[in-house]
Amino acid sequence: MATIPRPKSTEAFVTGADVVVESLIRHGVEVIFAYPGGASMPLHQSLTRASDRLRTILPRHEQGGGFAAQGYARTTGRPGVCMATSGPGALNLVTAIADARMDSVPLIALTGQVGTSVIGTDAFQETPIVEVCRGITKHHYLVTDPGDIARVMREAFHIATTGRPGPVLVDLPKNIQVAQVVPDYDAPMNLPGYHPEARRPQPEQIAQVAAAIRRAKRPVIYAGGGVIAGNASDELRELVRKTGIPVTMTLMGLGAFPADHPLCLDMLGMHGSVYANYAVDEADLLLAIGVRFDDRVTGKVADFAQHGFIVHIDIDPSEINKNKLVHVPIVADVEDALHALNKIVEPPAAGLEAWYEQIAGWKQADPFAFDTGYPGILAQEAIAALSRLSADRNTIVTVGVGQHQMWAAQFFKFREPRTWVSSSGLGTMGFGLPAAMGAKVAHPDALVVDIDGDGSILMNIQELATCTCENIPVKVLLLNNQHLGMVVQWEDRFFKGNRAHTYLGPVDHPEASGRGDGISPESRYPDFVAIARGFGWQAETISAKADLEPALQRLIDAPGPALLDVQVPYQEHVLPMIPSGMTVRDLIKR
Amino acid sequence: MRHVLSATVQNVPGVLAHVSGMLASRGYNIDSLAVGETEDPGFSRMTFVLRGDDRVLDQVRRQLEKIVTVVRVDDISSRNYVERDLMLIKVAVTAGARRTEVKELAEVFRGRIVDVAPDSVIVEISGPEAKIEGFIDLMRPLGILETARTGRIAMVRGSPPTREWTHAGDGGRPADAAEASESLA
Repeated sequence: MATIPRPKSTEAFVTGADVVVESLIRHGVEVIFAYPGGASMPLHQSLTRASDRLRTILPRHEQGGGFAAQGYARTTGRPGVCMATSGPGALNLVTAIADARMDSVPLIALTGQVGTSVIGTDAFQETPIVEVCRGITKHHYLVTDPGDIARVMREAFHIATTGRPGPVLVDLPKNIQVAQVVPDYDAPMNLPGYHPEARRPQPEQIAQVAAAIRRAKRPVIYAGGGVIAGNASDELRELVRKTGIPVTMTLMGLGAFPADHPLCLDMLGMHGSVYANYAVDEADLLLAIGVRFDDRVTGKVADFAQHGFIVHIDIDPSEINKNKLVHVPIVADVEDALHALNKIVEPPAAGLEAWYEQIAGWKQADPFAFDTGYPGILAQEAIAALSRLSADRNTIVTVGVGQHQMWAAQFFKFREPRTWVSSSGLGTMGFGLPAAMGAKVAHPDALVVDIDGDGSILMNIQELATCTCENIPVKVLLLNNQHLGMVVQWEDRFFKGNRAHTYLGPVDHPEASGRGDGISPESRYPDFVAIARGFGWQAETISAKADLEPALQRLIDAPGPALLDVQVPYQEHVLPMIPSGMTVRDLIKR
Repeated sequence: MRHVLSATVQNVPGVLAHVSGMLASRGYNIDSLAVGETEDPGFSRMTFVLRGDDRVLDQVRRQLEKIVTVVRVDDISSRNYVERDLMLIKVAVTAGARRTEVKELAEVFRGRIVDVAPDSVIVEISGPEAKIEGFIDLMRPLGILETARTGRIAMVRGSPPTREWTHAGDGGRPADAAEASESLA
């Protein structure tokens, strides 16, 4: 154990765990999602002493806690905090940490660790979690001196929330948690290599962008998660007011610009709108703001926006020219850069009428659409109906990963930032329910709906218990097609429809080998209504079109946690689609 | 193209693992990596030699700078710098003409014999990469038993850079924005 300097006078000793908890409170943390175990018990004991100032929520799996912390962070912009014990507990956080890294979510992950005297001896529940997480955190600490705790916690919050946000792991050996220490909460940070504040837009570059806008005849804004993380949604809207430039958004960017605005081109990329992808392809000026030219957006990157002059604004210097060489790279806080631009920008000199007309033609020819004549309920229809019925409320939507996620991105109308919560970069199934939990805790007055798939929700189904026991009334719209729909879609398109472990019912059902002719109500598996009720939820299942709106209304109005299981066909494909690595010219419309 | 990067890093546990892990996971190929403490025990210097075009180099540098414990990264290839590699090489020679040959060649290369055994000698030699490689080629026909090399270390000639990085949180790194603004299109 590390030695502790003796106090000079009567200064009060507290435990290391108390310093951790007090640090959380001092950084404005109001809730922590924490699952206890042997190596984190002192921290939990300390949390009980602070229960009037800091709410502790017990998830039913550490991964659920990690995603709940993300749901909190993504919908507030404040850091989410999760905690687990050493070994398996810490490892169960790994996916949530990697997910936060990919989507730039400020996350503080605390882990218990075996005592420093036995680190490296393969002790019970010992895992070198810092080693495991090195490549998937923004930064990480193994605290070996209790005197460092307060400084490390300060640095962790600073790093997680400044610059490009991201996850920070703090690994706390058990003897450090119980050590007696006189804390110095104002200990100076020691971060000589970390200077996010240095990134300011250069005036000459901003002038260059304004000049490019002035010259443009077919400009498009391509806005990403950086606009939301950078709280630049208002500046983006101001830029559009001043210039009339149409906006398309990435999956992470949805909500940055209102979906019902006439200049909104909705999402671009693999399952983006036809008109957004055509517009980017034809653009003579592409303003890429808070984006990273992800492969799901660009397809074949060399051909992406090949006719356009490209401006790239991002706070992370390593994103510049990483995937796509651009003409004007601006390393800056997106809000600062847009604010500076909005001060001098003028609309394109030649006007944009011809461009608007061209876009209107594309929009009219190929809107997001589904078969409204289908006798049952299509997933797209259920989402569109939920969007309509919840339009007058403060609504937050979370999703799992797969077809339902893409349909939610296409058919739910997001109007405000931080109302759409999606595991976008990592694409983690099981994200939706715990993320909804965290969002609901942060926004108790909002309607929080997890639009989920039957594959995804099973990956964190245990969190139904957390919602009941911790009084977190989230809603689940379960689009249940009995399959891993997105993989089925790819099987249909690229593997001649051969079903390879994508049917979620018993293997002796004909559907398991793709020979089924529809799924009868009695062959459906599992019984999600019974499961949900078993966890104390209100639940119902529907398959008839006429039941959709009334059932959705009951879901919205339910006082407690409620699940609506909607039986949907598995034969639907998410369209349009640009196959992986291809271009807008390979776009599949139907 | 061959590049030499010199990085100042915080002298904390795990920084080498972090840097080498990042380089490996992003698929960058490093010819040589040497680490050692600087004149300030709070910081270490890492010297990298890597091959790649300007775009690869630019990415490596930015990814390195993104690591919180990496304080500063300089590409010194285009500057006037001194580069050294230290090698110990064990050659299979017994007493006689061949041992004398090794001794003479070592002198020509300003190396020295640091150990003599009945059936081998160890030569210590330092210098730029090409000189080391040249000496290895000469020893090969004599029978090399083993070699150990430090990897390349390098330093820019003339006045040292200002030590702004020793002060925590004090606007150390040269403005990223200004550097990134060089249009590459």
